Amino acid sequence: MEIADEAARPRLARHVRLRFDRARGQYALLSPETIWVLNDTGVAIVELCDSRRTIADIQSELRSRYDQVADGDVRRFVTDLVTKHGMEIDHG
Amino acid sequence: MDKPYALLAELTYACPLHCPYCSNPVALEHYRDELTTDEWQRVFAEAADLGVLQLHLSGGEPMQRHDIVDLVQCANALGMYTNLITSGLGFSTRRAEQLRDAGLDHVQVSIQADERGLSDQIAGTASFERKHEVTRLVKKLDWPLTLNVVLHRQNIDRIGAILDMAAVMGADRIELANTQYYGWAGRNRAELLPSRDQLERAESVVRAARGRLGDGMEIIYVIPDYYSQYPKPCMDGWARRQFTVVPNGEALPCPAAHELARALRLPGTNVRKHSLEWIWAESPLFQQFRGDQWMPDPCRSCERREIDFGGCRCQAFALTGDAASTDPVCHLSPDHGLVEAAVMAANDPTRPRDGVMIPRPNPGRTRSQIPLEVRP
Repeated sequence: MEIADEAARPRLARHVRLRFDRARGQYALLSPETIWVLNDTGVAIVELCDSRRTIADIQSELRSRYDQVADGDVRRFVTDLVTKHGMEIDHG
Repeated sequence: MDKPYALLAELTYACPLHCPYCSNPVALEHYRDELTTDEWQRVFAEAADLGVLQLHLSGGEPMQRHDIVDLVQCANALGMYTNLITSGLGFSTRRAEQLRDAGLDHVQVSIQADERGLSDQIAGTASFERKHEVTRLVKKLDWPLTLNVVLHRQNIDRIGAILDMAAVMGADRIELANTQYYGWAGRNRAELLPSRDQLERAESVVRAARGRLGDGMEIIYVIPDYYSQYPKPCMDGWARRQFTVVPNGEALPCPAAHELARALRLPGTNVRKHSLEWIWAESPLFQQFRGDQWMPDPCRSCERREIDFGGCRCQAFALTGDAASTDPVCHLSPDHGLVEAAVMAANDPTRPRDGVMIPRPNPGRTRSQIPLEVRP
């Protein structure tokens, strides 16, 4: 199985928090040892990762908001974070 | 100049454990005049303004601070990610619940081995059973569980059983980091540094466990840099991403820089006298090794200078007496022979088994964090 297929339902790992970084004017995902700096699309994806929406749902929701959302953008983003233990997914 | 992302707050050097691999400074008695609750809260507020997002609460044993719940609450209100690094001693159900309510994000529990006898022997006190109880408590309160096992010559052969124990505990992450030779660990290096055979066996056990456990448990394994070709990118560069404040309020660019900072005889960096903003941006200590202008050769002309930043200043100082020299771990360092000699001794087949280690003492504390309250 792929790490994150279209039917996967991602959510942040329990120890990861999304915070606005006032000093730098950007959003960041925080975990004990890692900080991921997010761009606007990244923030939008993370906010939609609620363990109910599938990757396909998130992709189509982003498409309705932004012009520049390529096929596989969400899957790549989620896969990267899952590999680094920042996100977890429920399959099916 | 970059803004700092992380602050390591070493709240106290009091600790009920006596681990000989402790990286706390040998001169523990210099740090007994601890910052008060108000002072730490001011430090956290200034750190948040500077850009700090992660706060690691450590020591010594941070649960020895009676105000630990208030400190977590303060950091949480400032929007910082809070990580408690504890031996588990002092982590009672009541205080754990209070910490949970105060917004503590993450708990990291240390354990010394997978069996009671060895774990208690390394810790220098009966603590193994208590640590198991604490891991159950962490799970029950729905924190993710990170275990931290410092590896060395006397427990590295148990790494397979340690990983099994972590899996049974339901750990989400386990950090298996080989000892770094600062402070008390520096004193005990000859008894702590593993042999090459031990390391090779450990690495193959870790590889197999990663395959077996898949994504179930994140395994972080750090080899001793004495066996590396190149030095570690210490702190991701001096005063670049993070800094440390030690119990008496001295700010340091690296958690092992106590003696180095003293030896450089630069103006002080105590948070009681200076703002964090001045310390980070202006203080000579923090500027001393920032960037690459300070570098000697072979670092200055090395294409890896942006990768490992010349290695660790504290290790260079501890081994050569010159904090500006290339980290002797690097095979290009003119002082690499110092590291080679230690490695050779660790692999000497005629080496006597299991010598004596110096236990890290408990310095105690001089200041109470509980103000006397008179109730009507």
